[in-house]
Amino acid sequence: MSRETPESRLESRPDSRRAIPDRLSTPGARLLRSWEALLLAVAVAIFVANCFASPYFLDPWNLSDATFNFTEKAMIAFPMALLIIAGEIDLSVAAIIALASTIMGMAAEAGFGTPALVLVGLGVGLVCGAVNGTLVTRFGLPSIVVTIGTMSLFRGIAYIILGDQAYTSYPPGFDYFGQGYVFWVISFEFVLFAALAVLFGVLLRRTSFGRMVYAVGNNPMAARFSGLRVGRIRFLLFLMTGLLSGVAAICLTSRLGSTRPSIALGWELEIVTMVVLGGVSILGGAGTIAGVVIAAFVLGMVTFGFGLLNVPGIVMSIFIGLLLIAVIALPRLAARLAPRRA
Amino acid sequence: MLSSRPERDGPTALVDAPPVLALEGIAKSFPGVKALDGVALALYPGEVTALVGENGAGKSTIVKILTGIHQPDAGRILLEGAETAFPTAEAAAAAGVTAIHQETVLFDDLSVAENIFLGHAPRTRWGLIDWRRMNAEAREMLARVGATIAPETRLRDLGIASKHLVAVARALSIEARVVIMDEPTAALSHKEIEELYELVERLRAEGKAILFISHKFDEIFRIADRYTVFRDGALVGAGHMADVTEDDLVRMMVGRSIEAIFPVRAHNVGDEVLRVVGYSHPTEFADINFTLRKGEILGFYGLVGAGRSEFMQALFGVTEPAKGAVRIDGKVAVIRDPAQAIAKGIVYVPEDRGAQGAIRAMPIFQNITLPSLARTSKDGFLRLAEEFALARRYATRLDLRAAALDQELGQLSGGNQQKVVIAKWLATRPRVIILDEPTKGIDIGSKAAVHEFMAELAAEGLAVIMVSSEIPEILGMSDRVIVMREGRIAGEYERAGLTPETLVRAAAGIGEAA
Repeated sequence: MSRETPESRLESRPDSRRAIPDRLSTPGARLLRSWEALLLAVAVAIFVANCFASPYFLDPWNLSDATFNFTEKAMIAFPMALLIIAGEIDLSVAAIIALASTIMGMAAEAGFGTPALVLVGLGVGLVCGAVNGTLVTRFGLPSIVVTIGTMSLFRGIAYIILGDQAYTSYPPGFDYFGQGYVFWVISFEFVLFAALAVLFGVLLRRTSFGRMVYAVGNNPMAARFSGLRVGRIRFLLFLMTGLLSGVAAICLTSRLGSTRPSIALGWELEIVTMVVLGGVSILGGAGTIAGVVIAAFVLGMVTFGFGLLNVPGIVMSIFIGLLLIAVIALPRLAARLAPRRA
Repeated sequence: MLSSRPERDGPTALVDAPPVLALEGIAKSFPGVKALDGVALALYPGEVTALVGENGAGKSTIVKILTGIHQPDAGRILLEGAETAFPTAEAAAAAGVTAIHQETVLFDDLSVAENIFLGHAPRTRWGLIDWRRMNAEAREMLARVGATIAPETRLRDLGIASKHLVAVARALSIEARVVIMDEPTAALSHKEIEELYELVERLRAEGKAILFISHKFDEIFRIADRYTVFRDGALVGAGHMADVTEDDLVRMMVGRSIEAIFPVRAHNVGDEVLRVVGYSHPTEFADINFTLRKGEILGFYGLVGAGRSEFMQALFGVTEPAKGAVRIDGKVAVIRDPAQAIAKGIVYVPEDRGAQGAIRAMPIFQNITLPSLARTSKDGFLRLAEEFALARRYATRLDLRAAALDQELGQLSGGNQQKVVIAKWLATRPRVIILDEPTKGIDIGSKAAVHEFMAELAAEGLAVIMVSSEIPEILGMSDRVIVMREGRIAGEYERAGLTPETLVRAAAGIGEAA
């Protein structure tokens, strides 16, 4: 669209003040100043640090293993990013995994095959998403409260069904989703993660639905006055988040080969961390899928690098917490230090 | 109405008393708007001064200066004859100036006593709040204003009238010398209004200087001793109520010539586009009937709170009306949400641009194309080239001033933001456009551009509804004018021969009882 160079724009200005250029700066220049660029630098730094820290880090199979640290969480982080951009949040995602995994376990005990289990996983995810979406959009309840409630509800049901038992007998073939490799070191989960990244990236950036998500998150009232069906958009996002939680439940259950009610405990906060670290505004209205992808890599590499160095888990949480605060504070500090433009 | 004013003895004794608070030569400008231009206002002990003026005359601004919220650009504030300044709200309160607003500024979740003594609660020796003394003193204050409210009651549980009483009790507790009442009766029932009058009498008897702002002439004539009239941010008259009539005040309020700043329009009114029959809402408006024709500009005048915006938003499907029907081109149309209204060709440019019209953090072009995405996209995928083309077309038509179409909307001036919001609606190619206070808070230049554009749209056959509280705008732009009062249509007038006085009378309900 913007074939105009800054110079030609200046030349044309005195004559025709009505002519407004489409774009202010080139896409490239904007990319350089973006959050994603900053995050990518952090990712590279951590990658390099990991290379020096452990001689085993660059081994292809090790790197492949490392991806399992984030692929399942990232699958949920994508729809969660859309949800947070739209000004909502879903804290019940990990509980949906637990419930979906439990009901898949029941179905497996009852003798259902792999295709049926997949349908069960996706179905439970959709139903849970629909419950959240209905409570938020129909009854106008705040999503943070609703999903804290359903977080206990969904996992509570899993506990009632399983108690301290575990389902461990899954049909042959079911292990492919979490343990299969498509090509050499490239796992099925990684391929799925990459495909979902592209899918959600396109959905958010290239479709009118994505545009509406930004509009709803920035100003729900103005969006409604512009003829957007705000409730329907929010409901769809909850449905999507539920569905992808079901997908993650299938992958995780398949990878572990067992289901306990405590499965994926605490993941909701790790997923929200991933989304926020990826530059999605917790207040809604801004963020990209590219940022979430980079954040997923950053978190995955930190976890894996520390694992190689035998750093205790608690130190790892401290580091991730500090990283989150630092990355969020940095741009604001920079803005404060930079001389104010008129 | 004059006869209903209670007789008071010895007004001559009060006339000579110096004012408690006097403002001289006060000027205040906001970006693009001169809100006050050298006005004066004097408030006398034991007297009620009514401040009268149209919407936008500068009444709210003077209240904000008196209460330390705004600082004047020029002029003097004299307290008991000595020059002073109210740099903060605290400073104004310390000087004894207190305001009771339309939406009273109190804290719903605190008790009545806490509200009365907030910031100056009695303390115990240990520096803690002395609850017993506070409640006792609160009870005393409430008794002084004639209220029978328990000091421990949570404010949330009180009605608006009782909240006013609490606000007045608070005013007494901080030893207020000046009490500002900004449309205190706007939300009150008849009985509550009577109680408020008694309260005003009580404050007057205590020697407080009272500034009473109201649109209702009957109450002004009933309780005020003096009047001050503002028009377009300037002082046009002040004096004793005894020396003026309703007609005098109305003339002072509107007395200006409608100058030729409005575009000359060819009135080519065509066929009926819209017919509204018996639109009613449980609380906001009732029995609205009118028709709108192609190429017509229909003005809706009324006081703030007359239900005009509420009705327009119901017509646009934001709120559902309890009953009533809409016909578009003679066919019954069901409108349950804005999406349906837009599909039927009705669009609404809201009054509250920041909250309802503009999405400030998004680029200009995305704001313009938002309701038209179905047209600019293909199979659900965005086509940026189409979007920029559409945005450019309407931005150019409205003479938008911006650095680029992908600039954030929030970086533009108010007038240019309004142009983007209008462009957004025109891009949907509507048949009926509702403009709610289209030139509120924008600079003169943008105002003229919006007016010119409105005329152009009508000339092209668009049917325009313009809600406005500015009489010159109503008279300068409309082919026909509907006046609303208290949720109902109070009158419908052809433009020819319509005078400002007629509008003001219809809006305020003057001369109805007579």
